Amino acid sequence: MAEVTIPAPVVTHDGHGHGTTTGVSNPKLGMWVFLGSECMLFGGLISTYLLYKDRIGDAGIAGRDVFDIPFTSVSSFVLLMSSLTMVLAVSAIGRGDHRRTRTWLLATAMLGGVFIAGQLYEFTAFYREGLGFTTSLFSSAFFTLTGFHGVHVTVGIVMLLSLYTLSLKGRLPTERAESVEIVGLYWHFVDIVWILIFTLVYLIP
Amino acid sequence: MAITEDRPLALPVGEPAPLTEPPLGVFRRPTTATGWRSWLTTVDHKRIGIMYGAAAIVFLIVGGVAGLFIRLQLAVPDGTVLSADMYNQVFTMHGTVMIFLVVMPIGAAFSNYLIPLQIGARDVAFPRLNAFSFWCFLGGGIFLNSSWFLGGAPDGGWFNYAPNSGVVFSPTNGIDFWNLGIIITGIASLVGAVNLITTVVNMRAPGMSLMKMPVFTWMALVTQFLLLFAVPVLTVAQVLLMMDRLYDANFFNVDAGADPLLWQHLFWIFGHPEVYLMILPAFGIVSEILPTFSRKPIFGYPFIVFSGVAIGFMGFGVWAHHMFATGMGPLSVAAFSLATMFIAVPTGVKILNWTATMWGGKLRFDTPMLFAIGLVTMFTIGGLSGVTHAIAPADTQQTDTYYIVAHFHYVLFGGAFFGFMGGFYFWWPKVFGHTLGERLGKWNFWTLLLGFNLTFGPMHILGLQGMSRRIYTYSDGYGFNLWNFVATIGAFIIAFSVLLFVINIIASHRRAKHEPPVGPDPWDARSLEWMLQSPTPAHNFDEVPTVTQLDEFWHRKYAEDDHGVVRRVATADEIAQPGDGTGVHLPSPSYWPLVTCIALPIIAWGLIFSLWLALIGGAVLVTGIYGWVMEPPDDLDGGGIGGHHHADDGPAERTEVPADADAPAVEQEVAPVG
Repeated sequence: MAEVTIPAPVVTHDGHGHGTTTGVSNPKLGMWVFLGSECMLFGGLISTYLLYKDRIGDAGIAGRDVFDIPFTSVSSFVLLMSSLTMVLAVSAIGRGDHRRTRTWLLATAMLGGVFIAGQLYEFTAFYREGLGFTTSLFSSAFFTLTGFHGVHVTVGIVMLLSLYTLSLKGRLPTERAESVEIVGLYWHFVDIVWILIFTLVYLIP
Repeated sequence: MAITEDRPLALPVGEPAPLTEPPLGVFRRPTTATGWRSWLTTVDHKRIGIMYGAAAIVFLIVGGVAGLFIRLQLAVPDGTVLSADMYNQVFTMHGTVMIFLVVMPIGAAFSNYLIPLQIGARDVAFPRLNAFSFWCFLGGGIFLNSSWFLGGAPDGGWFNYAPNSGVVFSPTNGIDFWNLGIIITGIASLVGAVNLITTVVNMRAPGMSLMKMPVFTWMALVTQFLLLFAVPVLTVAQVLLMMDRLYDANFFNVDAGADPLLWQHLFWIFGHPEVYLMILPAFGIVSEILPTFSRKPIFGYPFIVFSGVAIGFMGFGVWAHHMFATGMGPLSVAAFSLATMFIAVPTGVKILNWTATMWGGKLRFDTPMLFAIGLVTMFTIGGLSGVTHAIAPADTQQTDTYYIVAHFHYVLFGGAFFGFMGGFYFWWPKVFGHTLGERLGKWNFWTLLLGFNLTFGPMHILGLQGMSRRIYTYSDGYGFNLWNFVATIGAFIIAFSVLLFVINIIASHRRAKHEPPVGPDPWDARSLEWMLQSPTPAHNFDEVPTVTQLDEFWHRKYAEDDHGVVRRVATADEIAQPGDGTGVHLPSPSYWPLVTCIALPIIAWGLIFSLWLALIGGAVLVTGIYGWVMEPPDDLDGGGIGGHHHADDGPAERTEVPADADAPAVEQEVAPVG
């Protein structure tokens, strides 16, 4: 065979999922599947916290003694607003408006950074009041659960800043808009988990 | 079918621009297709599958030797082969290695190799993540086994019940190795699950609806869902235990008021789906072998599929039957007892279907078929003894005795492992281009069957007589002598049988050099992978087939004539694709999955011994991830086009690609990618 005609493989570099069975691109489907698994991760941590939330040991420091609910409400609000800016970033790159995409990506990362800073401040304050990681079952469970969530937010911030840098270098063209959307999926998931944690840990007495 | 980019954190990779400099200035993009380096950098699902299998067989020998030591110690009363402490380490590692480093990876080996072929895809959805999964598994396995030389292996049983696995009761670092090593292999399983689920859901050949998928692919898909939802729960438990052991947290500190059942619940929420995800790939394998060698379609395909799915769902609702003896209360016990009895139903459905598949078939007793029948019979015994555990009053007598040991070896060895052996013999020609020797194969089967039953059959009796698990010795006069001795003889027959298997692999490889190639379809089989030449070409399908039926390949070979009699209408050679496809662009190999994975054991050693080492590992990890993300998933520098990017080509357009006679291998050629 000197000349053969083979259909060019269907490659979804534009990330819109042409040619996949479901029509959803592989990376996006992969992220959804991964988030399913994350539900079980946080499910295990939240269950452990609920089991241990009243076991405060000899130190006798319970959540209601240290939680500063107005403060955490503000930082939760900041994190929720970051979901809004994330949506604006996805919408901007969909329209091919790269300048606004960068603005909103940076805004999202900064709002996430404010939330993490708030969490660090909160942890320090708790520690000063005598609630360390090893103080009681409650404290170990609390710090592990919220710490895991904080790490997730931090990973999200790193991804957002990476997107921002790529966009600055012109390596985030409109055809790759889905990358922003996928990071957005992760970001919204982390937000939703926080709504759950904030309600279960801080609000329900 | 689509070959798509893969992105670990879904970061964009930019346009596949021509790379004049290696990414991050470290590694030049690997281009070789042969030699050891090509294996280190491969992203080909077939090679990764082979490596999974090879590594698992090495670990099988490690775990097997541990098992032999257990049997040597217990061969006679008051055995002195192992000390009590060493015995704890050996049985812990026997279980851990066999489950996490043998049975699960062999399942992964078959899934990796076969899923893309059975659904008509060119590779998995995320080829580099696939390589990452394998190296993660290998890194975790090596890390876990390094504990033998670094202060002692874990000694708390494969379930490592806390608080017994806390620092107070297990002061060596063994259990830290277990925690971190299994977290690493867990990452491998999780990433593999995301990858394979996406592959099956998204990359099927045209016409292949879910209910036209081969049963193996179905069972492997259910397995991946079980992994996806079960592994993170184990990871949580292990992180909590690690926090306790390394950083003085209190999760399992009963003095501080911890719940001693927390670990058991978390562990078995993982642990029971775990046993199903070990057996389901083997169920899939025999569901391919039995129809082929019975020359009949599988009986009740929808029932086989839905019972597998039902097992997957119900597998998450029966975990506490491992905990009947913990005093968790009559209501829980009754509920889990009932649920456990129910889960026997879909399993029974499967056994009925397999039997009915064979019923009235023209049976051929080649080695794969023998192993498949071995699974059906041995698993039935194990399944029946399993149902006896569902009856809580009986279980409280049997729990922690050798009756349990007998039960789970009948399902995992007599079930999963027999199925895997059948799979090895069945697909060996597809993978390596030659069959394994039939004569040695039959010896292999009969010695394994004999050794297996001699080893684990007597354990039923020992258990009912009251012999406890995990006790390193027993006294003369308990009445345990005879059956323990028989079991030890059986264990060595198993070892001999595994040796025969290894000899068979080597002998068949040598013999094959003097024999004609085996052809695409040595068994007159039914699913798409047999449409390919043996061994499978690197690019899989020359042209992705369009599927109209379940057992598509068989229906292309056979059709009904005017009188309604099924006749052969074409030979396999006529239908099989020639394997000379050109213009197929394959994902490029990469160093980064390996680099990223090397970081994980370094971090783990660092967490145990020195945080400085963990920092170094962390730096390697970050470098690996960024190198990976910045590297385009597909390079266009192989075919002389120099990275010219055909941005205008629509995804489904047909493009003329001249076959280049100078190209060293077909997969080196490049088609424009849109």
